[in-house]
Amino acid sequence: MIQFTNVKKTYDSNLTEALHDISFVIEDGEFVFLVGPSGSGKSTILKLITAEERITSGGILVGDYDLATLKPRKIPYLRRTLGVVFQDFRLIENRTVRGNLEFVMRVVGSSNKTIRERIPYVLDLVGLSEKAECFPNELSGGEQQRVAIARALVNNPKTIIADEPTGNLDPERSYELMCLLEKINQLGTTMLVVTHERDLVNCFNKRVISIDNGRVISDMENGLYDYETI
Amino acid sequence: MTFASIGIMASCLIIMCSVALIAMNLEYNLDALMAENEFLAYVDENLTDEEGEELTGQIEAIDNVAEVHYITREEALDDYVGDLEDDSLYRDLPASVLRGRFSIRVNDIEQLQDTIEQVRQVEGVVKISAALDVADGFMTMRNVTVVIALLMVVVLVIVSLFIISNAIKLATSSREGEIAIMKMVGATNSFVRWPFVIEGILLGVGSALLAFLVQWGVYQLLVQAVNVYSHVQLINMIPFEQLRMPMLITFGGIGLIVGVLGSLITIRKFLRV
Repeated sequence: MIQFTNVKKTYDSNLTEALHDISFVIEDGEFVFLVGPSGSGKSTILKLITAEERITSGGILVGDYDLATLKPRKIPYLRRTLGVVFQDFRLIENRTVRGNLEFVMRVVGSSNKTIRERIPYVLDLVGLSEKAECFPNELSGGEQQRVAIARALVNNPKTIIADEPTGNLDPERSYELMCLLEKINQLGTTMLVVTHERDLVNCFNKRVISIDNGRVISDMENGLYDYETI
Repeated sequence: MTFASIGIMASCLIIMCSVALIAMNLEYNLDALMAENEFLAYVDENLTDEEGEELTGQIEAIDNVAEVHYITREEALDDYVGDLEDDSLYRDLPASVLRGRFSIRVNDIEQLQDTIEQVRQVEGVVKISAALDVADGFMTMRNVTVVIALLMVVVLVIVSLFIISNAIKLATSSREGEIAIMKMVGATNSFVRWPFVIEGILLGVGSALLAFLVQWGVYQLLVQAVNVYSHVQLINMIPFEQLRMPMLITFGGIGLIVGVLGSLITIRKFLRV
């Protein structure tokens, strides 16, 4: 569960108030689109969830973690409950697909046995079993993003946060990727997807939280990408 | 970059150690010179040589006194006349015109003044002749050398820290992406830190070993050269065997500390994600 309660965030550097009094709850197992124009505060919300930034006031709960009072040394353990997918994939170029997944499993101290069992399962889930020994530059954009999703998934997080995951993909690949995220969600992982892609959002018929100027302007089940008309 | 870093840092250590070695050898030679430093205590002219010599025990009992030698009037006259080119005038001089005297060597030249005062208190001693200026000169020279050596060592340690830190900075910036991913998936700071600390230690200790070997070779060559050209043994060098272990430990220690500190300082900013 992710719960924002009257969250305000002001950046110290320029005293800009990025979020004004934001509140919402994402229950376990939900699939939520977070939409809004550039500079609306979407990235700030993601940074607050991953504790890259700290809130100015209000409260955030992510699973069992209260981010308002979270000690810095606990941040790694919060992040182990989250999987993050970026627009630019951020794969390690000199490691194979398997190597990239193994790397993040080693980071959290997984055993050899777990690594051996988990990687084939996740690669199969994202449809990349055949590409396990390929390097990122040998893969298409869509495949690279699927590796990134596999990497986010491999440590079995409760929630996956995808920041513009289809930003660098053509519409067909974007649709396939969103189907993959939906499939992962159906297996029980909470999914928070930040996107600009109106057609995709409208196509999947999920909950949509629209943000503008640091405020939630709509929050609708089976919603549409329609914040501009509100 | 790694080789360059090791090279530069080893150079720093060599310069640092050379300064320290020069200071140590200077001190070694000064100590030898100072050990030659002795002063004379004249005994009362009314005392016979036998009575004068009896004071030896009292003077020996003084703390800082290393060696006491009583010079009889006859010996003093022989010394005096022997130093003169034309001794015809003094040839018939009776020894009784001179006083018996003690030649006294001290352990610590820095306490010379105190020792002189204590010898002066001995009943029967009437006059002291000591080259206090020379002793002061030696001490000033030694102190200046030590201060300069210490300053150089401090400066060069800072330079070495900077070099290690730069080498680690290069290593980390090329792996910045990896570090960001590690942090994002929940790596603890210590997990991210230790490979870089090990790299720092390897750089530091590697440089220290290289510097030690070079220093060893150069020092041995210098010792040989000094032995060949300094027939009169004006300069003595501390044998390397005496320096080997302390030097190895110091080099290793500095390499280790600078390596760990350099990497910790550099990696710190990458951990603030």
